[in-house]
Amino acid sequence: MTVATTSNEGSPILVAKGMVKHFPLAGGWLGRSNGSIAAVDNCSLALASGETLGVVGESGCGKSTLARMLIDLVVPDSGHVEIEGSAINLRARADVRRLRRTVQMVFQDSYASLNPRHTAVEEVAFGLSALGHPRREAMKRASEALRLVGLTPELFSGRYPHELSGGQRQRVNIARALAIDPKVLILDEAVSALDKSVQAQVLNLLVELKAKLGLSYIFISHDLDVVRFISDRVVVMYLGKIVETGPVERIYRTPAHQYTKALIASRLSMNPNKRTSQPPLTGDPPSPVNPPPGCRFAARCPIAEPVCRTTIPALHVMDNTVSHRAACCASIPGSGHTHAPAAIDHSEMIEAGA
Amino acid sequence: MSDLPVTPALVTSEISQTTAKDRRGYWRAVRRKFGRDPIAVTCALILVVIALAAIFAPYAAPADPYKTSVIRRLLPILSPGYILGTDELGRDMLSRLIYGGRVSLLMGILPVVIATLIGGLLGVIAGFAGGRINMVVMRIVEVFFAFPSVLLAVAMTGALGAGLMNCLVALSIVFTPAITRIAESTTTQIRNQGYIEAARATGASAIRIILGHVLSNVAGPILTYASSQVSVSVVIASGLSFLGLGVAPPTADWGLMLSTLRQSLFVAPGNALLPGVMILITSVSFNLLSDSLRTALDVKP
Repeated sequence: MTVATTSNEGSPILVAKGMVKHFPLAGGWLGRSNGSIAAVDNCSLALASGETLGVVGESGCGKSTLARMLIDLVVPDSGHVEIEGSAINLRARADVRRLRRTVQMVFQDSYASLNPRHTAVEEVAFGLSALGHPRREAMKRASEALRLVGLTPELFSGRYPHELSGGQRQRVNIARALAIDPKVLILDEAVSALDKSVQAQVLNLLVELKAKLGLSYIFISHDLDVVRFISDRVVVMYLGKIVETGPVERIYRTPAHQYTKALIASRLSMNPNKRTSQPPLTGDPPSPVNPPPGCRFAARCPIAEPVCRTTIPALHVMDNTVSHRAACCASIPGSGHTHAPAAIDHSEMIEAGA
Repeated sequence: MSDLPVTPALVTSEISQTTAKDRRGYWRAVRRKFGRDPIAVTCALILVVIALAAIFAPYAAPADPYKTSVIRRLLPILSPGYILGTDELGRDMLSRLIYGGRVSLLMGILPVVIATLIGGLLGVIAGFAGGRINMVVMRIVEVFFAFPSVLLAVAMTGALGAGLMNCLVALSIVFTPAITRIAESTTTQIRNQGYIEAARATGASAIRIILGHVLSNVAGPILTYASSQVSVSVVIASGLSFLGLGVAPPTADWGLMLSTLRQSLFVAPGNALLPGVMILITSVSFNLLSDSLRTALDVKP
């Protein structure tokens, strides 16, 4: 599988190759499992320095599992992570330490993410103490981090989570991640639980922080408009697989994969005349326990053909734009699908695209 | 709403408020609430008096609790020289009750403390580790749930032999499983919370996470339960002594006194009931104290 990278903004700071995670199903005799859920199946992505990569997809498609594998909260079955060009060996303590200093994460549930017994400053300082900073220095840096996210330390450092609003709590979460001084921030549905006005404030804060601190973001969300606002590139996931990736405006204007098309069409239009009562997609995604053998979207796809149910499509360059790739039989030349363009020499096409 | 700009006037007023807040932690708030509860204070005072009397028994007791007198047997309460009368061997009841508090309080508190330490440790480890370790620890612990607690204590002391030390061991074993269960379930509940995950993402070690995040959240439920078990322990310990499985006869102990005075129940009912009254007062005080503690632990600092 090719690495879905390419950006003119800089060399990749974080690369994940061939990430796989299957969760065993419980319920077997004496804790033995009978089957497993393919949460993430052979996903690769690359994050350029200074870039924001949006990850979209419906619930249960493996977005969060993929994110957790990137910071070693979930141990991948296979695949590896590279940071600034060098691979991370998850068994080596020094490597894991480097990973954690470089990549940090902000979680969705702002309330559950904060210890109810810790004040804001204690919460932020905890990670710093864990990394070996003396308590006093940790507290000082924690205060600075709080100031950075717009929470005046004099006012907020002594507050407990229940004394903060949702937006303030999420700011504390961001401060906790930033206190470590990371280069990459993974935002897992970081603004999804907030109401719209607060969401906008936090998004603006994120944009501001990115410019100020030179961060790169992996922004996971099911909210397509938010992703469009903040991302440079987008990765679309379906049932544990990346089905399409490319520059954000290109994906939103000319989606190649049928799933992406349906996803984009599911957004509410600002134009009332364009609204329809017709759902762009019906049915539920198939069970990840026994995913269909061919294209995982075939069962719901409006243009599925027999070939889709037998071959697993790989990510393929779309319309001579190297950065835009989709995994759909209908757009892979020579796949046997009736919509597929005629087979062209692959190498020739890359040249043309580059 | 902090997300809006704050006016300077608001800032100054809130700063003074926050500096006051900074000084109060969670446990400070718990202590304050506890101190304002009249029932808690009354029960604490009663227990402190009993405990002080027991600790300083040689100074507090008016007479020698072991000095027998054939002619002064079973003197009624408020007899001259013997405020609470005498027992079936003519020993001063008040002195014996004061000395008896030593054994009873020790047997009430120590087993629960030991069980809390062992059970808390086992439960937090099992809950935090999860998976196979959790299964092994909890299945072993669950074996003890098959026996009623009194029966288990009786069987254990029976097997180990009577005596204070064996009683302590038996009672500690009786209380450990339930506390392990509570520590395990609360730890399992919070181990998948975002803040534990976030702490792991910063690279904190398991021990650091347990000390910094788990204990502060698990301590409340464990303390609440453990404190309610002190009264049970006092009663079971008295029961063991009553059955002759506890301390040996000359020693003053409420349970043992109840047992030996049983024969005099119809001759001098007041005297015979006194050790029971002491057990009642102590265990009820511990129970009410535990109730107040549970309420106090619910505070939001």
